[in-house]
Amino acid sequence: MASTDPPNRDEVLLELKELQMSFGKVAALAGVNLTIRRGEIHSVIGPNGAGKTVMMNCINGLYRPQKGSIQFRGQTINHLRPYQRARMGMARTFQKVEVFGGMTVLDNIRLGRHNHYASGILSGAVYAGKTAREEIRHRAFIEEEIIDLLEIEHIRNKPVGMLPYGLQKRVELGRALALEPDLLILDEPLAGLNLEEVEDMARFILDVNEERRWKVTCLLVEHDMGVVMDLSDRVFVLNFGNMIMDGTPSEVQNNPEVIKAYLGEEDLYATRA
Amino acid sequence: MQPELKTSGAQENPAIEITKELTIPRLFYHQALRFGNNRVAMREKEFGIWRPVTWQDYLDNVKSISLGLISLGLREGEKISMIGTNRPEGLWAEMATLCARGIGVWLFQDCLLEEVRYILDHSDTRFLFAEGQEEVDKALSILEECPKLEKIIWDDPKGMRHYDQDCLISLKELQEMGRALDKAQPDLFAELIQKGHGDEVALLFYTSGTTSLPKGALLSHHNMLIMGKNLMSVDPCRDTDDYVSYLPFAWIGEQMMSISCGLQIGYTLNFPESTETAQENIRDIGPHVMFAPPRMYEQMTRTVQVKYLDAAWIKRKAYALATAIGYHVANLKFDKKPVPAIWTILEWLAYITVQKKLKDHLGLSRVRNAYTGGAAMGPDHFRFFHALGVNLKQIYGQTEVAGISVVHRSGDIKFDTVGLPIPGTEILITEEGEIITRSPSVFLGYYKNPEATAKALKGGWLHSDDRGFIDDDGHLVVFDRTKDVFTLRDGKPFSPQYLETRLKFSPYIKDSWVIGDKRQYITAVLCIDYSVVANWADEKKLTYTNYQELSQKPEVYDLVEKQIRQANKDLPEPARVVKFTNLYKEFDADDDELTRTRKLRRQFVAKRYQGILNALYSEADIVHIDTTINYEDGRQSHIKTDLHIRTVK
Repeated sequence: MASTDPPNRDEVLLELKELQMSFGKVAALAGVNLTIRRGEIHSVIGPNGAGKTVMMNCINGLYRPQKGSIQFRGQTINHLRPYQRARMGMARTFQKVEVFGGMTVLDNIRLGRHNHYASGILSGAVYAGKTAREEIRHRAFIEEEIIDLLEIEHIRNKPVGMLPYGLQKRVELGRALALEPDLLILDEPLAGLNLEEVEDMARFILDVNEERRWKVTCLLVEHDMGVVMDLSDRVFVLNFGNMIMDGTPSEVQNNPEVIKAYLGEEDLYATRA
Repeated sequence: MQPELKTSGAQENPAIEITKELTIPRLFYHQALRFGNNRVAMREKEFGIWRPVTWQDYLDNVKSISLGLISLGLREGEKISMIGTNRPEGLWAEMATLCARGIGVWLFQDCLLEEVRYILDHSDTRFLFAEGQEEVDKALSILEECPKLEKIIWDDPKGMRHYDQDCLISLKELQEMGRALDKAQPDLFAELIQKGHGDEVALLFYTSGTTSLPKGALLSHHNMLIMGKNLMSVDPCRDTDDYVSYLPFAWIGEQMMSISCGLQIGYTLNFPESTETAQENIRDIGPHVMFAPPRMYEQMTRTVQVKYLDAAWIKRKAYALATAIGYHVANLKFDKKPVPAIWTILEWLAYITVQKKLKDHLGLSRVRNAYTGGAAMGPDHFRFFHALGVNLKQIYGQTEVAGISVVHRSGDIKFDTVGLPIPGTEILITEEGEIITRSPSVFLGYYKNPEATAKALKGGWLHSDDRGFIDDDGHLVVFDRTKDVFTLRDGKPFSPQYLETRLKFSPYIKDSWVIGDKRQYITAVLCIDYSVVANWADEKKLTYTNYQELSQKPEVYDLVEKQIRQANKDLPEPARVVKFTNLYKEFDADDDELTRTRKLRRQFVAKRYQGILNALYSEADIVHIDTTINYEDGRQSHIKTDLHIRTVK
């Protein structure tokens, strides 16, 4: 299902070099190398405790790796704070949804867009002229590009905390998209969803990756092998902080080492009953 | 070019006379030129905003689609089908089909593949308007089996980027073709409009069919228009009115409001943002006129009842008081007794404190006439709305009379009747008790089914297969479908629908199926309302994982039994429900248990649940179930469970 005509297919968007991160004596990442090119869906798989989330946290700046470098759009970003990385075009969703439960869906998504606002607090309080026009422009973007895409019209004014889990996950994706990111990090976007919700979410991921309007590069951490193999352009296999391999889905599926370390002897697609 | 039309009345607001010659396209063209850019023909909520479409926009779009169809090679009398949600593009497609001298066929959006295949094939559809990816997928998967289907036209680009089949064309492309043709032959569209006669077939309507495969009813332009005119002469609408179009266009009731009446009056049609937001959007608009099947009103009642259960003490008291006043006044009005001054004041108090707010929440704040039809509505629901001050009227009709033939008149409402025939309509009861109708809107016949036509149309009279009688006030009372009428053990006839609607007045019961024709006693199979009962169970701290488990909880059985005892009250003893069971799932049209308009298909469920039926009439108190459930996308799932049977004490 790879997209057919991505622009600058070979441009490297994110590069991890010899990334190391340990907590005490536990090496969560032991020298990981990963290259993500613009336009791909690149998945990271691995058993629990393999270091996937640590890797994501390093990429978006929640953790500082002890060794190695992270380059985003050709620039080393090791020293940058998460908000600075967000400003560069990096957005993420979390394994356990991290939405603002007391705020409405619309406000949550709006919040993801604050990087694009030029007006300050004072002019925002007055809300006239240029500021009002800017606000309307952003609202139009949210309505036309995000709420419509994610089909959440019916809940736009509902507090997120009251929504079922599957919808909260969608709202979180919406908030990440509001940033109009270059790179979207999705940490287990399908965990805890029912079959129908999984199908919807998989479609949204494909949409933002392929739709001309978006063309977002996705870094996907996921346990649902069926979806990973269907969606990804490349799959990166991690085990106890070490890379086992990085290749196309079919290469990964046929690699005996991967099968032994992670997938077991069973059929790859047997993970979802 | 102005079409020649007979007009009467004031020059600036000429009303149109509905003649035999008038066709829907000609009326549409006249109205579009008359209202032009000055009036909004329809609105659609999109991206959070109500976006208007003026009559001029409406005309421009219909014109380009219509000429686009001609460019595709549409010939006179060929069928074009439409499937999708209610949206302006859907109505444009229908109107364009008629303008291009085609015949329109609507499909329910949630039709299963087999139904889509049957209708497309049976109707000889050449072109299909499919809204977006989901509908296109359905059409593509049956393309091979429908050799006459040539092109599929889509308008929602979401998810369509990888579709490049030759049979697909976007609405935009089609409109481009239409505009090019318009440039080459500028008079063509106006010429097309002038062609045709009111007696020609306009729409081919597949009736939901509670017993067999759907039958295609052929309706002429005149059938549709004269029916609208006659209804509007009873309850006039204004061109400034608003109407919300959210029920499937494949249902005759929606066609009657959007086309037959809407086009004549020129009121504004409002399309909701999505199916889920319909109720919210109705509240945005506050329509003046409303027509919905009973299930919509049942849903509203349930919403109110549930909110009531959740409300604080003081609110519950206020509501109870206001409702008591409402019921009292409504009963006086039903009995055609004068309302004493004190009750008028109390009614006003109830209105400003409770009912005004409540009506606003339900989107009923501006409703002048609310109609229900398409299935039986229980008297309890009916009284509920009148107690709220909503002028709810019963309608009786069928697809074969282009919508309706009988309706309540304001101030002459009896909740056990469906009212008086509309002008131009004669209703008679045959010796066997069957309701028969003669009117100018009686249909032309069934498509490719002369036997069914001969059975339904005898000497100009439409045989409805419904049993009923005319009461002392001349009101028609519909008893039930002839084949559904029960014989109780005391030999008296009885309508299962009546009991079913009574049971459904309980907020906890979503669907019911009553059994007992020529049996020793009456039994019922019930479907609990998942969200309401789940709420109730949460409060009672009951644990459950899904519908199936919740439905079989003894506490839920107690709850349901209580509801049944309530419904049994003041029924003659042989007509009371003696045994019941809670079904492990809701009835679903995808499983063929309901028609697409949610009428119960009795024969089918009786066959499907033969095991349950037998158990209800035996000593057993448990039934083992082993069955398969179908999903819309063709998937199936297997279910194995036990159902309990309870005797009502």
